[in-house]
Amino acid sequence: MSAIIEVSNVSKSYGGVKANSNVSMQVQKGGITGLIGPNGSGKTTLFNSIVGYHPIDKGSIKFENKEISKLQVPEIARLGLLRTFQQTRIYGAMNCVENMLISMPHRKMTFRDAFSRNNAEHIERAENLLDFVGLYEKRYLRGGSLSFGQQKLLEFAMALMNEPTVLLLDEPTAGINPTLINGLIDRLKRANSEFGITLFVIEHNMRVIMNMADHIYCLAHGEMLAEGGPDEIQNNPTVIDAYLGAH
Amino acid sequence: MKNLAMPVLHLVLLGVIIAAPFVFPDYQTQLATLWLFIIVSLTWDMTGGQMGYNSLGNIFFYGTGMYVAAVITIGLAHNVSEYTDAAGGGIFKFTSAQYYSGVVLGSIGAGLFCALSAFIIGYVTFGLRGPYFAIGTLGVAIAAGELVSNWEWVGGGQGISMPNYPGEQERLFIYFCFAVVGVILYTFLRWLYSTRFTAAINAIRDDEEKAEAMGIHTMRYKLTAWAMSAFFVGIAGAISAFQLLHFEPLETAYQTINLGIFMVVCVLLGGKGTLWGPIIGATLFHVFKEITWNYFLGWQWVALGALIVITVVYFQEGLMGWLMAKKPEWFGIRIDSKDPASKIAEAAE
Repeated sequence: MSAIIEVSNVSKSYGGVKANSNVSMQVQKGGITGLIGPNGSGKTTLFNSIVGYHPIDKGSIKFENKEISKLQVPEIARLGLLRTFQQTRIYGAMNCVENMLISMPHRKMTFRDAFSRNNAEHIERAENLLDFVGLYEKRYLRGGSLSFGQQKLLEFAMALMNEPTVLLLDEPTAGINPTLINGLIDRLKRANSEFGITLFVIEHNMRVIMNMADHIYCLAHGEMLAEGGPDEIQNNPTVIDAYLGAH
Repeated sequence: MKNLAMPVLHLVLLGVIIAAPFVFPDYQTQLATLWLFIIVSLTWDMTGGQMGYNSLGNIFFYGTGMYVAAVITIGLAHNVSEYTDAAGGGIFKFTSAQYYSGVVLGSIGAGLFCALSAFIIGYVTFGLRGPYFAIGTLGVAIAAGELVSNWEWVGGGQGISMPNYPGEQERLFIYFCFAVVGVILYTFLRWLYSTRFTAAINAIRDDEEKAEAMGIHTMRYKLTAWAMSAFFVGIAGAISAFQLLHFEPLETAYQTINLGIFMVVCVLLGGKGTLWGPIIGATLFHVFKEITWNYFLGWQWVALGALIVITVVYFQEGLMGWLMAKKPEWFGIRIDSKDPASKIAEAAE
């Protein structure tokens, strides 16, 4: 496996707060990489830096060996590096199928394509993916009328519709009930194994992340605290200290 | 059966549109104004309703369209500054050919100029969102009015006069100019609203940050949508210039507090983000306005203010939005429990 995302010595501060300092890490192509850490440890900041949401203070971020730290959000998304949001974001006034259809990969679309309609093949693909996440019956309901958990599933399906190379998921199971979580883990793993999408996941739920990820990074106070396989991380005393507050 | 209903309905409507000025000859001017309201409402909704960018500056394209059409029409036949210096004093004659070529070239020129202006203004103002965009665009319209009123070449604050229609049926001619543009606009939007382009601007309306994160070229779509909208507003302005015969910058061309606000009220009344909402809203608003102006003279602005307040407070989603909440199934909002396998099997049969 080779590294598809390479973060080297990235620092980002907001005013006096150092959200990330000298963070280095790698996401391996084809794998599932986890990112954990207590609240306020800088996980989402790191995500935002990678997808171009804000400029970084120093360091370098490479995607498929191309420097992306100076690119804008839509440009990075069109390279095939996509993210979902912690506070779920879907298009509320459009129905689920429309939400899916507008999520088709724009890197493959020319401006002229925008003035054509979606064909039956696209609609079938959208409906199949909605079926994949279990939203088929509700596909003609407005996105905004779905429950929070269902919106998360819709957002996940939209991300799959975009055919990304790497998908960054910011707390995919937060706010989803425990029975649904098992189904979601299963679908995330299938997205990885069947569709070949590399996953990079922020997660607070230890059971979920230990179950899914093959490599885990732990952030604390904006610095990289530890990395390793799930078993190593689970038994690492500094990680346990960070989570329990001993410092 | 259902496939036939829409074409028949549209044919009936077309018949009504053609017959209306002959059946009600006394109302030709009012009917022409109704078309103007429909055109500016439909175009306002392209950005306001479909894209979530509430412009208060679309009146800029209306006023600019008027001036561009005037300059083209006059310039084709005479020297513009000599003409405006004489303040349209009647020494300048226009042949029929000059008039008609002025109408055609002036309208197209106005449309193109306004579309180009939208690209340039949009490039600056689309960095603003929500109320800031509304105020920013309003500022553009107000500033344009003030600038033009100090520009002597186009007549300054006195305004500019247009050539007279070279025939008897002027009101009928103006009605059909507006009607043709209106019908073309409606047909264009029916097509546009079925494409991915509209899906993209709807996505920008619902959550622009998400749209960016999904890789949509947001700026490109926003500029194109506003330019298309400005194109039609410019043409409507051009026709208005020929209808009014004389216009001046602040009260007629860049009339921010009249037509500039009316178009927003029409859309809110009918329902944002739908094809028929602005048309219904414009019709209701026009009827309401004519009735209050005729029967409650002196109180007409109070009545209009009350209408705006009631619409904004109680009917934010407009008539179409209210209908959508009452009868969601009419708009295809439903639970469909068939699983995809059986549906595919059904389609194969």
